Amino acid sequence: MKSLQRFFARLSNLVASSHAGQHLADQRLREEMEEHLAQQTADNLRAGMSTAEAHRQAVLKFGAVGAIREKYHAEQSLPFIETLLQDLRYALRMFWRSPGFSFIAIATMALGVGATTAIFSVIDATLLHPLPYPSPAELVRVEDDLPGVGAQDVGISVPEWRDLESSGIFQSVSFSGHGANVNLTGSAQPERLSYKHVSPNYFAVFGVDAQLGRTFDPHDATPGFNLEAVISDGLWRREFGANPHILGKALLLDNDVYHVAGVMPRSFRDLGTTSEELSTEVWLAAGMSGLPFPPPMRGTRLQGRVVARLKPGLTIAAAQIRLDALVASLKKQYPAEYPAEAAWTVRLTPLSESVVGSVRQSLVLLFGAVGSVLLISCVNVANLLLARASGRGREIAVRQALGAQRTRLIRQLLTEILLLFLLGGIAGFGLLFCTQRFLLRLVPESLPHLNNIAVGWGVLVFAVTVSVAAGTIFGLAPAWLMSRVDLIGTLRQEGRGSSGSLGRSRARQILVISELALSLVLMVAASLLLRSFWDLYKAEPGFNPDRVMAIQTWLPGPNDPSADIYRTATQESVLLREILRRSRTLPGVEEAAIGDEDALPLGHSHPSQLPLIREGVETMDNQAPVIDSPIVSPEYFHLLGVPLLRGRLFNDQDLEDTPQVAVINQAAARMYWPGKNGMGEDPLGKRVRLHLDAREPSSSAGPAWTTIIGVIADARTESLADAAIPQLYRGVYQHPAKDLAIFLRGQLDPSFISSQMRTQIQSVDPQLPVFHAQTLDEVLSTSLSVRRFSMEMVAFFAATALLLAGLGIYGTISYVVNEQRSEIAIRLARRAGI
Amino acid sequence: MPEKPDVLQGTLALMVLKTLDLLEPLHGYGIARRIEQISGDLLAVNQGTLYPLLLKLEHEGAIASDWGTSENNRRARFYRLTRAGRKQLQTETRDWEQTAAIIARFFEVKGEELS
Repeated sequence: MKSLQRFFARLSNLVASSHAGQHLADQRLREEMEEHLAQQTADNLRAGMSTAEAHRQAVLKFGAVGAIREKYHAEQSLPFIETLLQDLRYALRMFWRSPGFSFIAIATMALGVGATTAIFSVIDATLLHPLPYPSPAELVRVEDDLPGVGAQDVGISVPEWRDLESSGIFQSVSFSGHGANVNLTGSAQPERLSYKHVSPNYFAVFGVDAQLGRTFDPHDATPGFNLEAVISDGLWRREFGANPHILGKALLLDNDVYHVAGVMPRSFRDLGTTSEELSTEVWLAAGMSGLPFPPPMRGTRLQGRVVARLKPGLTIAAAQIRLDALVASLKKQYPAEYPAEAAWTVRLTPLSESVVGSVRQSLVLLFGAVGSVLLISCVNVANLLLARASGRGREIAVRQALGAQRTRLIRQLLTEILLLFLLGGIAGFGLLFCTQRFLLRLVPESLPHLNNIAVGWGVLVFAVTVSVAAGTIFGLAPAWLMSRVDLIGTLRQEGRGSSGSLGRSRARQILVISELALSLVLMVAASLLLRSFWDLYKAEPGFNPDRVMAIQTWLPGPNDPSADIYRTATQESVLLREILRRSRTLPGVEEAAIGDEDALPLGHSHPSQLPLIREGVETMDNQAPVIDSPIVSPEYFHLLGVPLLRGRLFNDQDLEDTPQVAVINQAAARMYWPGKNGMGEDPLGKRVRLHLDAREPSSSAGPAWTTIIGVIADARTESLADAAIPQLYRGVYQHPAKDLAIFLRGQLDPSFISSQMRTQIQSVDPQLPVFHAQTLDEVLSTSLSVRRFSMEMVAFFAATALLLAGLGIYGTISYVVNEQRSEIAIRLARRAGI
Repeated sequence: MPEKPDVLQGTLALMVLKTLDLLEPLHGYGIARRIEQISGDLLAVNQGTLYPLLLKLEHEGAIASDWGTSENNRRARFYRLTRAGRKQLQTETRDWEQTAAIIARFFEVKGEELS
């Protein structure tokens, strides 16, 4: 308390220390001292001393005036800060005297700190704050695996879900679908929205409440959809003009009427792996156990995401142990549903991991790269400082000769260097702040939490901390070396300065070498990334994306199947054939085909998978491997240029009431019909059962056998990086699909085709939305965006590093040449070889 | 000349406060002379060091000062205790007495009493 008061008194003296104030304080001390001496002298005289002796004794008794004045002055203000201010003033004068040097040093640091800070701001928003929910550490993802058949994340059945809820491990367990599209009708233009069906406790698990109205009642026990909707802030503002009386309004979604129960806050972000899923706009609550969901059987797994909140204080490891015990007892209780071969397990992972896991590697790589750039810029500035030290050797020697202590010199030099680094850091931050809008556009959209990237206070603190730390680390050595001056030699030899300082030139060599090494590391990393990216880019996709456009639409799927006018394949095929016929009449269109969203190459987030039960091989349903299964029209393969290897493709006679047929790719043939001795068994004519279809869960007509009729070549339609993912295609005239993509090949104008298609499709059914017209080339390029982003960034950093290293080397060599100029001149004059 | 004990140096501030408590307002020379008189030669401080100390106490808010006229009609700086200074003096006096009492008791103890 007292010392604080004293500090402020001194600080205010310091702030007020204009020269007048300083003078006043000096004046007071002088007057007091004079008065003191006068009185002492008077007393001494009275004691009988001579005048001279009296004064002498008084002065002796008073003590050393200089020391006292210094002490008094130190007490008057804060010497540390005062010296600092003095050093700063001096440093600014020095910067001003060599503006070129200062500019280069500050610009170098601005580059290094700016780049590091930019990447840090991305990491801050994604890796450091992955979950914007209360107590995020309690949130876990629950995944069911069947390692016995090599299947992961196979989904959860409703009884299993209930077991988890009552297990005592979790506060609550939520289930949500992967998100899909729904038609919002009744507004001017039928709109397609991204929706998610969730269990009623979904928002309660996250601990997020609605900004208007309420979220779902966590204890709602409606088996099917409960006909309430929670909508996003974006939809509320866009479609309903932020109407405060929205609650209770009817929403017509796929011809079903829902009532708005609440509006989520603007800051709420849903989980998801794609931007589409992240921008969910409508949430519908369902108990997942009544229509349109399949009856709740233990073997009937629902595809989706299970997120749970652990009981407070329970670690994931402890919860996993208890869960394993639960799984073991369930297996014992239901041996028929959980055969030993499938080896059913339930796995917990931190939710944060599943959100950022996919980009962590890229970001850490980028941070490493940018860290190297920062290191190189620091080294460069340290190098510049050392080079300049030779020019200042004389100044420093003179100061030392005049009695400056070495620590005082180091302190002054360090202040100067720190100021340089700090100015650089602040310049870098300022640059970042001004260009953030532009820079954010470079970031791929698939990065999670893109909207949360902000250049704010936290980032500023980071920038300042980094520059001060870098300044201290890289400033100490130059300050130390600069202050170590050979006094006599420097003062005597005017011309050569302190060139003889061996330590300094060695330090410079080490710095340049490390700089080169660092930039080499970056170059190698960049070229490796470039190489793998190039491989992907140049990989034969196995299909021909040229001049192909895909336009998406979505058929409504009402909860009551009898209200669905496109319920059966026969009903739907009328529409599809009409759409195809009309598309072919559009100008420029040469070929047209239809598939579901899974048939859109590289354009979907989560392929729907079906269990594959081969006749005579698998006997139990839940031991079955799962296989990607797009649904396509007969023209699809020809349009994408995927060749048929054996058998036949679909034709127009494969209808709902004819035997079910399927076409597989070569990877599927290799994997599921390997034959004996690896010779390859002919899959043609083999029969499979696709027991559970997530997209038509209520069709309990009894699964028919499906016959394999053809084998097509492998195409990288799932992932450019993976050539051979088994796939099984089914015909759209045998299996109705809701999420449709219409493929067109020809001389198409992307800007017109969307509205032309909309006119054509809506003239068949005005309720259908038309969206997402894109060329396959675009889809291909988007699918590479994160890779391209990190490659471009690392390449950019590597180039920067190389440039900086080049500058460093140039600086060193030009300095060495400059130093030996007189020697070179003498050699030239003597016509000697240099 | 024997070494002067450091502890006395540290208590100079307390002496200043006590002096002012009895004789305020007082100028620097007056304080110095008073301390000298009481302590005799035992406390041969450089009298000049008093002035930085006075400034420190003033910064801490324990004392205040004003210009005034001394006995010989010269301008001099007069110091007096503030309310906070008086309180500080009280607590420090008490602390000091406690410490002194404890130390005194230690010296009174004879060897045989401990065994």
